Amino acid sequence: MQLNDEEKAMLNGEFGTAKQWAIDHQIKVGEFFDAPDMVTVSQAHMMADPESVGEAGVNFMESIANDGGRVVIPMITDPRGVDLNHYRPLGQTEEMANTERRFIAACEAIGIMMTNTCVNYQTIMPPLLGDHVAYGDTGVVIYSNSVCGARSNFEGGPSALAAGLTGRTPRYGLHLDQKRRATRRFQIKTQPAELTDWGVLGAVIGRMAGSYWEVPVVEGIETVPTSDEIKHFGAAMASYGSTPLFHIVGITPEAPNLAAVKGAKLPVTKIADHDLAELRSNFGAKGEKPDVIVFAAPQLSIVEMGEVSSLVDGQKLKVPMIVCTSPQTYGDARRMGFVDKIESAGGVVLEGTCFYQQGAKEIGEANGWVRLLSNSAKIVNILGGYGYKPALASMKDCVAAAINGKIV
Amino acid sequence: MMKVLKCHKGIGPKVTGEALVADDNFSTRYDLDRINGVFSRPQHKLAGESYDQKILVLNTAKGGVASAWMLHEMTARGITPKGILFNEANTILVQGAALANMAMCDRFEDGDVTSIIKSGQIIEVDPAAGEVIILD
Repeated sequence: MQLNDEEKAMLNGEFGTAKQWAIDHQIKVGEFFDAPDMVTVSQAHMMADPESVGEAGVNFMESIANDGGRVVIPMITDPRGVDLNHYRPLGQTEEMANTERRFIAACEAIGIMMTNTCVNYQTIMPPLLGDHVAYGDTGVVIYSNSVCGARSNFEGGPSALAAGLTGRTPRYGLHLDQKRRATRRFQIKTQPAELTDWGVLGAVIGRMAGSYWEVPVVEGIETVPTSDEIKHFGAAMASYGSTPLFHIVGITPEAPNLAAVKGAKLPVTKIADHDLAELRSNFGAKGEKPDVIVFAAPQLSIVEMGEVSSLVDGQKLKVPMIVCTSPQTYGDARRMGFVDKIESAGGVVLEGTCFYQQGAKEIGEANGWVRLLSNSAKIVNILGGYGYKPALASMKDCVAAAINGKIV
Repeated sequence: MMKVLKCHKGIGPKVTGEALVADDNFSTRYDLDRINGVFSRPQHKLAGESYDQKILVLNTAKGGVASAWMLHEMTARGITPKGILFNEANTILVQGAALANMAMCDRFEDGDVTSIIKSGQIIEVDPAAGEVIILD
């Protein structure tokens, strides 16, 4: 890789051992993917839940902090695994909370802002068209690439940290024009009506695309979606397909038309109603009693918080309901009375976490939860691997199931 | 008989070990019981097999961003593969291998690596040279 004088000095240890580790890590990854050089990035975003980080990861973060590692660009965090104000009732252990406390202390010493959100593009600072960033969380990356037109690969926690410490990242993958061109062309006919429909459509396309290196371009969307709708669409696509970028013709900024993303000559795959129905059929459970209702993955926006609170207002829930939102949104939702309405009905609002990153397996075992109902196509995909039998329904039907004790 | 396979330049140290091969994908988060060192997802073709100290040979990597931490966590506890060969790696696992200092290579010149190497064969992986040698 071509390194400039500053990068060579980092590698020689002239800026300390933390930066030396960071640039060395980036060179290794960059050479694997044939990156010609480094590209400067404006922000970094790190995913690091205690389950995946482990004792070793916390020790590593503490060593970076003790070696004087400090970020040189704004660096923010994905949801935490523990809401330190509400973990014992969920069956989360003190050991898990302590891992989280140590991790947070190390991050703060490094200068990382504990935003604890996977919807930073709605709440913190959305990147601009052409903005190179180093983001973690597949949902964050796919939204930022596709909807904002920013440029990021999936950066795992260690690589996002390296980018925060050096202010750059290896120029490979989605930092390059040629990797952002469409490789798969999809046409849709049935228009998605609400959030879960968008999630299901994203999931179907993701599953068909099926690889990090495929870029779907979608034709036939007739109405400009809301930020929440396209958030569910992208999060599900990334979850089912490891897909980091999509284009929607006439809607997303890099695809004013098919030709702009080199999609005109690609063979067409039509998404039929039976494709959508087939995906949903994996997550149907009409008439059954849910053990828990979860709204998360991605964290809820203030608009979604308002919708959930309206649906539960004045009701008494028969089934535990967990709602995960960002700390930024939580403050607003509390001030506007949304949190009170959800809590009065018997629901729980968690701040700065996302259910599947909280040790969901252990929480399920501690509470005897198996049949989980959610409106998130992403979370029902993930939690099948964690011992749950997940079911999918719209937000309205999820709340109805919480009130009636039965999936409608 | 010894056979030399050329691949793209990889990551991590030179290692020798027993291959564990499947025409399947790999997620550190969803396929493994990382405490006991076995493939645990029932649908995985290596379900029930121990991966400890083996060199895994698989198609591609799956799973979310969080798995970048997991190879490091596994290495620190000492229950870990010695290396992983893919037909095509993804960004997250490569980043994870860089942190864990684990051998990882992909893009083999002779085609599908999961059909070239057989489980139980002893192989030598030299990531810096972009070379894997089947020793028996």
